[in-house]
Amino acid sequence: MAVLRIAMNGGNWFSALALGVTLFKCLLIPTYHSTDFEVHRNWLAITHSLPISQWYYEATSEWTLDYPPFFAWFEYALSHVAKYFDQEMLNVQNLNYFSSSTLLFQRLSVIFTDGLFVYAVHECCKCIDGKKAGKELTEKPKFILSVLLLWNFGLLIVDHIHFQYNGFLFGLMLLSIARLFQKRHKEGALLFAVLLHFKHIYLYVAPTYGIYLLRSYCFTANKPDGSIRWNSFNFFRLISLGLIVFLVSVLSLGPFLAMDQLPQVISRLFPFKRGLCHAYWAPNFWALYNVLDKTLCVIGLQLRILDPSKIPKASMTSGLVQQFQHTVLPSVTPLATLVCTLIAILPSVFCLWFKPQGPRGFLRCLVLCALSSFMFGWHVHEKAILLAILPMSLLSVGKAGDASIFLILTTTGHYSLFPLLFTAPELPIKILLMLLFTIYSIFSLKTLFRKEKPLLNWLETFYLLGLAPLEAFCEFIFPFTSWKFQYPFMPLLLTSVYCAMGVTYAWFKLSVSAWTDPPVGKTKKW
Amino acid sequence: MEKGYLVTVVVLIGVTVRWTVSLNSYSGAGKPPMFGDYEAQRHWQEVTLNLPIHQWYFNSSDNNLQYWGLDYPPLTAYHSLLCAYVAKVINPDWVALHSSRGYESQAHKLFMRTTVLIADLLVYIPAVVVYCCRLKETSTKKKITSLLCILLYPGLILIDYGHFQYNSVSLGFALWGVLGVSCDWDLLGSLAFCLAINYKQMELYHSLPFFCFLLGKCLKKGIRGKGFVLFIKLAFTVVASFSLCWLPFFTEREQSLQVLRRLFPLDRGLFEDKVANIWCSFNIFLKIKDILPRHIQIILSFCCTFLSLLPACVKLTLHPSPKGFKYCLVSCALSFFLFSFQVHEKSILLVSLPVCLILSEIPFMSTWFLLVSTFSMLPLLIKDGLLVPSVVTVMAFFIVCATSFSIFEKVSEEELQLKPFSISIRKNLPGFTFLPRIIQYLFLISAITMVLLTLMTVTLDPPQRLPDLFSVLVCFVSCLNFLFFLIYFNIIIFWDSKSRRNQKKIN
Repeated sequence: MAVLRIAMNGGNWFSALALGVTLFKCLLIPTYHSTDFEVHRNWLAITHSLPISQWYYEATSEWTLDYPPFFAWFEYALSHVAKYFDQEMLNVQNLNYFSSSTLLFQRLSVIFTDGLFVYAVHECCKCIDGKKAGKELTEKPKFILSVLLLWNFGLLIVDHIHFQYNGFLFGLMLLSIARLFQKRHKEGALLFAVLLHFKHIYLYVAPTYGIYLLRSYCFTANKPDGSIRWNSFNFFRLISLGLIVFLVSVLSLGPFLAMDQLPQVISRLFPFKRGLCHAYWAPNFWALYNVLDKTLCVIGLQLRILDPSKIPKASMTSGLVQQFQHTVLPSVTPLATLVCTLIAILPSVFCLWFKPQGPRGFLRCLVLCALSSFMFGWHVHEKAILLAILPMSLLSVGKAGDASIFLILTTTGHYSLFPLLFTAPELPIKILLMLLFTIYSIFSLKTLFRKEKPLLNWLETFYLLGLAPLEAFCEFIFPFTSWKFQYPFMPLLLTSVYCAMGVTYAWFKLSVSAWTDPPVGKTKKW
Repeated sequence: MEKGYLVTVVVLIGVTVRWTVSLNSYSGAGKPPMFGDYEAQRHWQEVTLNLPIHQWYFNSSDNNLQYWGLDYPPLTAYHSLLCAYVAKVINPDWVALHSSRGYESQAHKLFMRTTVLIADLLVYIPAVVVYCCRLKETSTKKKITSLLCILLYPGLILIDYGHFQYNSVSLGFALWGVLGVSCDWDLLGSLAFCLAINYKQMELYHSLPFFCFLLGKCLKKGIRGKGFVLFIKLAFTVVASFSLCWLPFFTEREQSLQVLRRLFPLDRGLFEDKVANIWCSFNIFLKIKDILPRHIQIILSFCCTFLSLLPACVKLTLHPSPKGFKYCLVSCALSFFLFSFQVHEKSILLVSLPVCLILSEIPFMSTWFLLVSTFSMLPLLIKDGLLVPSVVTVMAFFIVCATSFSIFEKVSEEELQLKPFSISIRKNLPGFTFLPRIIQYLFLISAITMVLLTLMTVTLDPPQRLPDLFSVLVCFVSCLNFLFFLIYFNIIIFWDSKSRRNQKKIN
């Protein structure tokens, strides 16, 4: 009885929140799952039944292994548990194999590995102080932050319905951020290096880590005006950081280097043969660019400036094929996107170097970096928006300005994930969960910052409310109209363009705030 | 109210959980020839849509009453008809006469689940929200947590969205009735409750407290003056609402009689399947169902029920108060469940509803009872393939109750509402201070047996000679728990106003 009492009481709201969401994830076990389910089953089979030298060559299934080695090892470890559930799922030849125990195992593996995420959120909550805390539990920044992270809509639907292992990866990322906040820089660097070898999409934010660690860890002192003091450079720190990164890389890529397979691994990890945009356009700059191109094309045809015979047919009819051909504007090459991304990242990196603002400034630049890559990257997935949303949650409970950016970014970003779930039984789940998360985030942050000016102005409110008619049109009206056959991609197009505006706006506002924020001395520490 | 958004969030959580549970299997999925309650509800849509109203309750070549014949009151039939019209627009195959028997498809399941959700959203959930917002003498936080707990009560969710039934409609109407009567809108309250009875005859479990409470109110106002007027008004409301519901069946005497025969099938035996009530538990030791003739069984069960609920009802009639009313609802429904004739395992939901209402007053005991009530339906839930959602929702419910009410701290005599009782016992037995501790140990024992029995049912195969061993054990254990609760709630009812009078004397 006493044990129960201690376990359940003592203000242990965090474990209640974590347990609650875990149980909710268990309820999602029978929901729809995408082809990523088969991807991960195939990887289980590859790592379990083939020698390491075959891992990055195996191509029986079209879903070849295209994550870095640590993830392969992770699947290898999982496969040793999986064999107690169902041996058959570990057979490489069993394409599209499905059984209820396979489902149970794969779903539970995501739920269990999310434990790391829960721990990371717990650590992150320690990093923010509760000075502003109200009396009520529900008004404490820590409580709001843990709800925003643990019950994050995007993570729930991407991991536990669509099926992926983002939970523990984001756990690693948040944990490394938390370690940087706690001044345990080496640990943070190690965690991030490990994370990179789990999933290389986090390379997007690597520049921020590099610059921050160099500027704020390797240089130990600043001049009084905040500029760099060159003679304070600590060479030993740089060496230790380099060693950490090097050792982690050796551990991960070393075996493949020894087998002379590194080029093959790299070619699997970076498939540049894919198109500029994913089948469904992620709501970024290129979505707007494509639409602009198309509009110009239509206008040009109307005004007879363009010659209809010269326009490629495919770009006029569907538009959402993998290789999108631009008609008026210049076509975009991978190199161009790389340059754009780098240019977009530069301000945030400069900011980090010339105006160091401690971990909080680092976090802002990290979000900005992730968002810039999302805006201009090559073949960006809509899921990549989570890379910006989750760290942004940390910022949002600190300052009213960040909270308002967060609200726009999360709401549009999360809405852009809707096309991931297109089956009827999941329709109510995604709408309800989205409403749940959005209403909670808007009103809890409003209560937190009630003494400051309103978080959203009328235009932003109007824009966010516009999502409701958009959803009603895409899911409930459009299927009953004759456009369904003429323009089957219209809902996706509308969704991505509408969300792209919001994301671009948030990116712009965040960039501006990164530059205009007062330097470290004047900001309140948190 | 600044916390309004939290109410929305809590309601959304409740709805989301309901819908996720509904993705699971339903009763009798893919089990011809009889299927289950899901097919029963679909069949009623088929019958009500295709047959004229005076054939609904009669056996005919088009309406085989042996195959899920309509045996609920007219409102259910009307509801089925309404759903059938919608179904016919979407896909006429779903409700085609004869040919649609045992129809199952993903789209149809989605449709049926949606009808449950819509009914719930229209009747039950608003009633719970209004009830919690009107809770007296409580903080906003407590109102919201009780709303969350009531909406997450697993028993109702699992039966309505897993097994498949429309209990939320009848329970929702009953709750509107409780609300109306407690807020002195007696006519609206009794109207809502009449609708509840006319949706599901099992609501009669709640009828005596309603009757006694209203009668008590009339008596209090003076039977010769205002009370009499109120009584006449109430009688008129009840008669009018009943006759409105039954209007199409009043054309012939035989019609009404046939409906009544369908509603109260006295030939179906003392109990069905495995129920956690006295008769089923007693049956382990002595096969009363086979020994006693049918009419003796009826008389026996009637007498036991009557005797067990009489004290609480008399008490309520003499001292009508909203609080006493809620407790009387609990104890009467529990008496009916334990002692009456022809009880289903799902009828425990009728007890759970009033217990949910006192969740904020005695969180410890209410949570315990609600856990036991869900546990008592375990064999049914396992049969429907709902094990995972059951375990998950029960755990979630327990965690929510335990953290938001910190139930393990609220175990003093005062908080268990046992203080007046203990004081009066202590007059004769001075050392009587160990009651709360005993209750805590009982809870521990009960929780452990429930967990163990669940584990055994899931993992072990019963011995060949006793194939029903585990389900009988589940019922027996739950029955013992329910008996304990019956005694407990009666004690509270009896020692309640005495303490208040004592307090007044002190003041």
